[in-house]
Amino acid sequence: MNAPLTPAPGGGANLADILERVLDKGVVIAGDIRVELLDIELLTIKLRLVVASVDKAKEMGIDWWESDPALSSRARTRELGAENARLQARLAELENAGARHAPPEDQEPGKETR
Amino acid sequence: MNTTELLYAYAVTQDAGDLGEALETVTGVAGEPVRAVRQAGLAALAGPVPAAGFDEAALRASLEDLGWLERTARAHQRVVDAAAAAAPCVLPLRLATVYRDEDGLRRMLTERGQHLRAALGRLDGRCEWGVKVYTLPPRAAPAGPSAGAPPAPVRSGRDYLRRRAAERTTRREEEQRVDEAARTLHATLATLAEDTRLYPPQNPRLSRQPGRNVLNAAYLVPREQGPRFTDAVARLAEAAPADGVGVELTGPWAPYSFVTPAPP
Repeated sequence: MNAPLTPAPGGGANLADILERVLDKGVVIAGDIRVELLDIELLTIKLRLVVASVDKAKEMGIDWWESDPALSSRARTRELGAENARLQARLAELENAGARHAPPEDQEPGKETR
Repeated sequence: MNTTELLYAYAVTQDAGDLGEALETVTGVAGEPVRAVRQAGLAALAGPVPAAGFDEAALRASLEDLGWLERTARAHQRVVDAAAAAAPCVLPLRLATVYRDEDGLRRMLTERGQHLRAALGRLDGRCEWGVKVYTLPPRAAPAGPSAGAPPAPVRSGRDYLRRRAAERTTRREEEQRVDEAARTLHATLATLAEDTRLYPPQNPRLSRQPGRNVLNAAYLVPREQGPRFTDAVARLAEAAPADGVGVELTGPWAPYSFVTPAPP
């Protein structure tokens, strides 16, 4: 990591760079094939937990840098940890709801989904 | 109606004609050729994909699979990249925007035409650049006044507490220095961009970066001002290790982060 700049045109983008753009940004427009709203929220939360070390979604960027410049790294880390915990809880909720609503024949028995 | 194939849409651009060539060499998420579907002065770039892999049930399962997600996201990005190299402006669609057939896709272009044309006009001739700032491993950071000296041996409880306090102070100072460096860098680059977006820091599991990600930002820059922007990033990156941070540049991207207006 001594090289100060790693110009990475095209192929140099890491997986997180690509996922945060391709999944979370871009034009959101209804296709004919609809992934249920519940599934989209579920996926988005899961990905935020994986893609971002913390999720504060939109307000995070703003709060972090503009609204409260006095917020220390440590306070921030604590806050983000709490946000992560909230997301985990919501994820569990959604998964329970999903399990209730999903028609059993849609699920291949024994198939691992991660 | 063809039930074995669906149409996966990647991006929308103005129907300016010449995209065919740019798309000849690129393949889509299912290895399929990509073509332009034209309607209402717009062109949607799309390719036929097997229904078995991209209908509702298949997508629901696949989206949970990080390996599938990576392959698909990279392929999606490749198509958008190829189009962005050939067209003045490309609006990337979100991953997994799938239609039953060309009629469905055309209907979308008609219904959303006004909105899409407005976005194309707003972003015409602009690119997105990504800049991330990471903390450098402690050894790579330049030494502070006393960092070179070996620690004094601990002789007493008071020595120990004193050293702990000194370590805490050093750590706090480093954190402040890193925060300050990231803020300054972002403020400087923002003056060279028309718009900016801040992303949450990345998870090292996906970025494979050992340092802490302290800035993850996107900048909207007119294409002809790209060199000016990247030169500025290079200059900032040269100075950054003195503040204990490294800088990484990605791009130019299609303006993914800017297709929707800034959050209020």
